Amino acid sequence: MLKRLLMSREALLAGAILLLLAVISTRFPAFVTPQNLGNVFNDTSPLILLAIGQMIVILTKCIDLSVAANLALTGMFVAMLNVAMPGLPVPIIITIAISLGAVLGMVNGILVWKLAIPPIVVTLGTMTIFRGLIFVISDGKWVNSHEIGDGFKAFTRATFLGLPTMSWIAILAVLLFSIVMARTTLGRAFHAAGGNPHAATYAGIDVGRTQFWAFTISGALAGLTGYLWVSRYAVAYVDLAGGFELDVVAACVIGGVAIMGGIGTVMGAMLGALFLGVIKNALPVVDISPFWQLAISGGAIIIAVALNAQANREKGRIILKRAEHAT
Amino acid sequence: MTDRTRFIPDRLQSPLERHLKSWESLLILVAVAVFIANSFASPYFLNAWNLSDATFNFTEKAMIALAMALLIISGEIDLSVASIIALASTAMGAAVQFGVDTPGLVLIGLGVGLICGAFNGFLVTVMGLPSIVVTIGTMSLFRGISYIMLGDQAYRGYPPDFAFFGQGYVFWVISFEFVLFAILAVIHAILLHKTNFGRAVYAIGNNPTGALFSGIRVARVKFILFLLAGLMAGIAAICLTSRLGSTRPSIAFGWELEIVTMVVLGGVSILGGSGSILGVVIAAFVMGLVTFGLGLLNVPGIVMSIVIGALLISVIALPRLWQTWRG
Amino acid sequence: MLMQSETDLSGPSKGNAIPVIALEGVTKLFPGVKALSDVSLRLYPGQVTALVGENGAGKSTVVKILTGIYQPDGGSITLDGTAIAFPTPQAAGAAGVTAIHQETVLFDELSVAENIFLGHAPRGRFGLIDTAAMMDQAADILRGIGAAIDPTHKLKDLGIANKHLVAIARALSIDARVVIMDEPTAALSQNEIEELYALVETLKAQGKAILFISHKFDEIFRIADRYTVFRDGELVGDGMISAVTEAELVKMMVGRDVSQIFPTRTPNIGDEVLAVKGYAHPTEFADITFTLHRGEILGFYGLVGAGRSEFMQALFGITRRSGGTTTIDGTTIDIRSPADAVANGIVYVPEDRGRQGTIGALPIFQNVTLPSLGRTSHSGFLRLAEEFKLARDYTERLDLRAASLDTPVGNLSGGNQQKVVIAKWLATQPKVIILDEPTKGIDIGSKAAVHAFMAELAAQGLAVIMVSSEIPEVLGMSDRVIVMREGRMAAELDADDMTPETLVRHAAGIKEAPPC
Repeated sequence: MLKRLLMSREALLAGAILLLLAVISTRFPAFVTPQNLGNVFNDTSPLILLAIGQMIVILTKCIDLSVAANLALTGMFVAMLNVAMPGLPVPIIITIAISLGAVLGMVNGILVWKLAIPPIVVTLGTMTIFRGLIFVISDGKWVNSHEIGDGFKAFTRATFLGLPTMSWIAILAVLLFSIVMARTTLGRAFHAAGGNPHAATYAGIDVGRTQFWAFTISGALAGLTGYLWVSRYAVAYVDLAGGFELDVVAACVIGGVAIMGGIGTVMGAMLGALFLGVIKNALPVVDISPFWQLAISGGAIIIAVALNAQANREKGRIILKRAEHAT
Repeated sequence: MTDRTRFIPDRLQSPLERHLKSWESLLILVAVAVFIANSFASPYFLNAWNLSDATFNFTEKAMIALAMALLIISGEIDLSVASIIALASTAMGAAVQFGVDTPGLVLIGLGVGLICGAFNGFLVTVMGLPSIVVTIGTMSLFRGISYIMLGDQAYRGYPPDFAFFGQGYVFWVISFEFVLFAILAVIHAILLHKTNFGRAVYAIGNNPTGALFSGIRVARVKFILFLLAGLMAGIAAICLTSRLGSTRPSIAFGWELEIVTMVVLGGVSILGGSGSILGVVIAAFVMGLVTFGLGLLNVPGIVMSIVIGALLISVIALPRLWQTWRG
Repeated sequence: MLMQSETDLSGPSKGNAIPVIALEGVTKLFPGVKALSDVSLRLYPGQVTALVGENGAGKSTVVKILTGIYQPDGGSITLDGTAIAFPTPQAAGAAGVTAIHQETVLFDELSVAENIFLGHAPRGRFGLIDTAAMMDQAADILRGIGAAIDPTHKLKDLGIANKHLVAIARALSIDARVVIMDEPTAALSQNEIEELYALVETLKAQGKAILFISHKFDEIFRIADRYTVFRDGELVGDGMISAVTEAELVKMMVGRDVSQIFPTRTPNIGDEVLAVKGYAHPTEFADITFTLHRGEILGFYGLVGAGRSEFMQALFGITRRSGGTTTIDGTTIDIRSPADAVANGIVYVPEDRGRQGTIGALPIFQNVTLPSLGRTSHSGFLRLAEEFKLARDYTERLDLRAASLDTPVGNLSGGNQQKVVIAKWLATQPKVIILDEPTKGIDIGSKAAVHAFMAELAAQGLAVIMVSSEIPEVLGMSDRVIVMREGRMAAELDADDMTPETLVRHAAGIKEAPPC
């Protein structure tokens, strides 16, 4: 049992992150102070949130390329809402962001479930549509820091027990979804629907409906992140978080989520996101141009996929009994 | 054993009949409708030079879409093509700084394309990794190398005669790019529809295991397809760089999605196994005409992406809705 | 035509039993096909009912109706005598109907316990799944059926027989009243089959109604109490198993008398074509050495999982061998891919036609010419007229039935698909043809045709290797038999030494003749 735990992907990845931190700390001890590590975690929180949603979608044999566009559209919407109605309390704004994100996710889910359109096509399409809609609602204009209300911005900056709210939300999401995945019927259904859709049908699981819920969760998390993002960086524009969907997929792949579905954990998604987060934050510290980041995450994806494939490779049937000799 | 009473005819439906009922015919109708709508919408549309200009909207993307169509029919995908453009363009730009002349630049552009294609092909066919993740990885990697080389700088100073590829005209309003695209389209159509290689592509896309068991060299065919996609990206890089006259690492950003949209709009099944070059070519024209028409109406590019995204989903959704409707 | 739909509701041993579940006059339509037409099926408590029929007779459609995956277009389902509907698989599960299917429980990445309790796990606080209780209950059920399986293990770590036990444990976990077993012994070894039979007896004793679907007559007569026969979606007979003979069942199945007569042939064995020496693989087989001659049919017999298909696929270049040589017509060749094998005259008709043998969406003629395009084309360019000609030549030799050569292969029946696969390979003019379970899952009529054709091929001088798990087929067709066991050659038998007993004895590794 202990051996299985130690040999798991998550443990290996956690080890890799610790090793990375150790190497960096030999030259730049300031990087591993609790203060800075907290910053790294906070910085990575949006990626963690989106990676959890993406992990669930990939589990069900789908992919959601529209998450970053969803984030940006929801972010722009709540930012404009805040400008229009400065009195709206933050909890209501958050509720609206989650709901809007979930509805956008449901659009993906309905198209995949009811019309059986391949998820990559659906989300490729909705990705461009969502981006276009941001332009339509904002008329291409930015919502700038000075227009956004202080309460709206303060929420993510408030700290509790030394950690900013955004970090706490990421931690809560990790805990919540760990429980959902392991201890609820829906969580098991995500695994089953992607692991063996045919058998899942026999076990009474509606695969299409399960995929619909996966997209809904992914959308809701993207909506939530949309608010957090705009609150944190105090700006909203059409290209907000452009290309971020690839980082999200990368975090999942590095976290051991199998692109063919059925394999993946919340912990893995979080660690995959943290791995990318540490690299991103470490580059300027170790004095490597930030322009290296893209190439490094690309390399990390390729290596992670290769490792995943190695681990999940079908072993040949074991027929021979070595001890025995032919009659 | 021949029993004439049980003679099996070659075909029940003539090829002509099949073509008339095909996706391509529908696309042609759409293209004609867009053309007519455009000519009513804008007085500037029916002008030879304007129409010629319009072709630049899609020829470079469409060249890659040709090779992408073959890849998708074979059941694979290459999301790194736009990044290959960036890397090839960056390599050419760097070579200019060393005084390489136009023939040398062309060779470098094509060579980088082929090397990138070979790298993708190696990862997919030799390492056996899923192309959708691998090429998300190389997409970051290739463009990442461009960023490492260029940062926020740009390469300029291409030799004057290099401008011909993207700005030259062969005859009257007929641009070099357009002629090149037409030639490449014919070559791809012959390769896919008239050769043993093309037949193998369809067989692999429909059932890779069955194709392997039928003595098809599946890995070799797929490797060649990745090479081809890389080569087309190299050619597109030459045209685009020549047209723009400069290279930034963000060159052709996001093109991969437009290219995949073009291919799917052209009737190629995203699941592999079916599609035609004719369909892709018509789809390229449709997308080019829509973009151009909206441009004449002063509709911003980002809003066009809504149209493109909606087009992508609806061309797949509508036939399915129609089928459900009819029971 | 034999119509003996006796409505004797009570078995001889059970008085006045009413069926737990019954289908009455059920019809199921698919676009263009009537999959089931007015069929009835009754399952009684504590009894095993065997459902018999050829492929395409409607057996799997019935299973899907009973488990709520399909909805009947006519007729009724009754549970304990009252009408009921199963609009969803969940509804069928709630009524106590469960199916054990090769595909029912196969979530490799979930634990054994999760596989057993998927969809109905014990709940604890806040409605969350109570993992500890789930593990305990799973362990109890597994112990109850005598399975030594750790419920915390992932399913992927289990062997195929243990996966079956997990499926059965799942059936018990939902307190099933009706257990459907769809070819449960297909992938099991003899020992495992015996354990399964014992388990079936246990389920019977608990009063469960069991629907047992099998193609193997010996096991039907061994464990079934009743039978129901379907043919072409219609009910052709049902009754007590003790009141019927094997011959009568076969006759009902196929609608005519079929004597399992194999073509008489006078083997004309010529020169050596193929010599295989010392073939080995790290985990699948070792020390495979034999020769094959022109005009010879060499049978490969063994239990399922003895490594026969694995060896054939290595010989054909699908998997990489770790040692051994292949010699064709005296020249040693290195086969690294199927393309190499085909180029050297070795072709392979795989067992899994849908996945490996054919490209379902492509038309017949393209399937046939796929490996022969080098001959029908002109410097790499297709010539359709040549393709149609080649496809016509070979499909007509095999008496293929199809609307046109342009029809997708996936639309053909199993027997006709097999003919396309064989035509494809004959068109390459091979020297050696390997047929892996060539008649598995095809109707009895087509079976005879395939056998006759094999004999004809051998007579024309082709060397044939036939992998088969059916003893009559092995004995009826082969000139020589190699028996494999656990990845090795257990015996090589000449025509004179081939008896059902010797085959079984070598395949199962029994040293002396069995006592019975």
